[in-house]
Amino acid sequence: MKETILSVKDLTISFQTLDGKVCAVQGVTFDLKKGETLAIVGESGSGKSVSVKAINRVLPQGNTLYEKGEILYNGCNLLELPEKEMQKIRGKKIAMIFQDPMTSLNPTMTVGKQIAESIVKHQKLSETEAMKEAVNLIDLVGIRNPEESSKNYPHQFSGGMRQRVMIALSLACKPEILIADEPTTALDVTIQAQILDLIDELKEKLNMSVIFITHDLGVVAHVADRVAVMYAGRIIEVGTAEEVFYYPQHPYTWGLICSMPSLDTEDENLYSIPGAPPNLLNMPKGDAFAQRNAYALQIDFEEKPPFFKVSDSHYAATWLLHPDAPKVIPPEEILRRYKTFKSFNKKEKEVDVYDASIACAGE
Amino acid sequence: MGVYVLRRLVISIPVLFLISVGAFILVHLTPGDPADMYITPDMTQADIELTRISLGLDKSWVIQYFEWIKNFFSGNLGFSFTNRQPVGEIIMQRLNPTLILMGVSLVVAYLSAIPLGIISALKKNSVLDRFIIGWTFFNVSFPPFFLGLALIYVLAVQLGLFPTGGMVRLGQENDIASRIMHLTLPVIVMASQFSANMIRYVRASVLDVLEQNYIRTAVSKGLTEWQILFSHVFRNSLIPIVTVIGTDLPKIIGGAVITEQIFQWPGIGSLTVAAINSRDYPILMTIVILSAIAVLCANLLVDVLYAVIDPRIRYEK
Repeated sequence: MKETILSVKDLTISFQTLDGKVCAVQGVTFDLKKGETLAIVGESGSGKSVSVKAINRVLPQGNTLYEKGEILYNGCNLLELPEKEMQKIRGKKIAMIFQDPMTSLNPTMTVGKQIAESIVKHQKLSETEAMKEAVNLIDLVGIRNPEESSKNYPHQFSGGMRQRVMIALSLACKPEILIADEPTTALDVTIQAQILDLIDELKEKLNMSVIFITHDLGVVAHVADRVAVMYAGRIIEVGTAEEVFYYPQHPYTWGLICSMPSLDTEDENLYSIPGAPPNLLNMPKGDAFAQRNAYALQIDFEEKPPFFKVSDSHYAATWLLHPDAPKVIPPEEILRRYKTFKSFNKKEKEVDVYDASIACAGE
Repeated sequence: MGVYVLRRLVISIPVLFLISVGAFILVHLTPGDPADMYITPDMTQADIELTRISLGLDKSWVIQYFEWIKNFFSGNLGFSFTNRQPVGEIIMQRLNPTLILMGVSLVVAYLSAIPLGIISALKKNSVLDRFIIGWTFFNVSFPPFFLGLALIYVLAVQLGLFPTGGMVRLGQENDIASRIMHLTLPVIVMASQFSANMIRYVRASVLDVLEQNYIRTAVSKGLTEWQILFSHVFRNSLIPIVTVIGTDLPKIIGGAVITEQIFQWPGIGSLTVAAINSRDYPILMTIVILSAIAVLCANLLVDVLYAVIDPRIRYEK
């Protein structure tokens, strides 16, 4: 078992708005292991971005309330750290890449200088040494003519190139944890793959741990070791990428996977989850997904489901996993995936370690 | 860039020409006749006509205009109708006091407004911010003549701390302290006007920049608040600030009509009022042209500064 580098426990965050308090993140718990890539998936407004911005504490000050929970890094709770200490961790230990490369760089400063700034700050190098280092980093992320490029301003780069600059910037101090908040969302599909490969390659090279936020399951499959699925401010299923993709337990995860187009999907057949996510201002009682859930049980409307263990690494918050729950048959696509999953495991001679009743229901 | 500046300068020649035509027509449309100033009770109609001829007012407007422009290009700005002194000399005398008053006022205004605006933005919605904003609101909505009169009444008349007006006391021309005392009240009036305007622009501009994504990037780099302020916020919020400076700058030459009048400041502003009252066409024309040149130069300067501040702004050749 790899050691845990970052541990988020029962994180609860709400925002003070004109309409009242909005609880954006409710009791989120996850661990990040050394050298792994954890993907957090979920639709817009599910709280995935807020959860990770809390790690570096870059949420807007003033109207953000950290209500409960802790974020443990090297044994200290980042939420209680004074701002001055936090500045020594940001960029140096925990770095971030943001969603929008077009606006995330200062338009009036050369990119070399923006990268060097972080090096001067954390590694106490001189300006000229830092600039040299910045040129090396620009070279590392695959931008041509690094020497010359470092003297250019952000508007002289394309979106993909700017995201490479952002990556160089975040890697400037060889951080232990890289948080990538939808780094490919604003990019062309062809560029997306390049950026993902780059992050993956640099992760290996620098032995980083990566938290990857996305709503694109294709991206998850590409990069993740482990996956956490978020819905309405809570994590509803977490497991290895294989487990979540081929042995999903939560009806919301089923919905997500079914709504992924494959090569033989015809236009009119593309599945979408009915309804819309609940308003975070007045959350429904019980399971937040119950209203949209074709498999909802009576209890889903009354009580929030706790996490049920599927395997040592796989947990899901759905009443369907309760021993007394009626057996339901998941959608066809999911059953197909269960079979694939079974065949994986047969190969590994780990037959039937999963005794969750639901698995058999499909047979 | 050089080509751009040159082109702008060339374009400003026809602009100035049009301004001079417009100004000439407006000045001559003003009711009243400059010759009225010369009328004495014992003058006959023929005497008045003679005065008009000597002032060149008997010719048609078109001829008067072309004579004026011919003289202008040969460096002759004409003679004042009221005291027959060369216009250039009069303007030069008045320019200095105005430059001192407006220059000091602008420096005081900006030195106070820029830090106050930044503080106000950084501490948005705090008591301090509300106080600063309330203060700017008070200044913007208070007419300068009222503030000037109130200051004169309280600080000069009642308390006797400052002189009520003028630039120097006779015989004390070299007394710096006395000059500063004379300068204080009009500078307070002018500076509070300039700074109130500027504070609001600085605050809005800094607030706008603080919400940009690249500030979030700077925060997540681990920079301190001050580092972010100096290396990321300041330069990016300069564009609106430079624009305001560009609109303030021409006033250094144009002067402040009302404030100069209240404090009997011997500057361009009070000269303008006097020249209008006496229909002193040559002086008015020169002041208008001078102000127009100042505005055009300030605009050009601002456009050049934009490109210096923001690398995205480039003027093609």
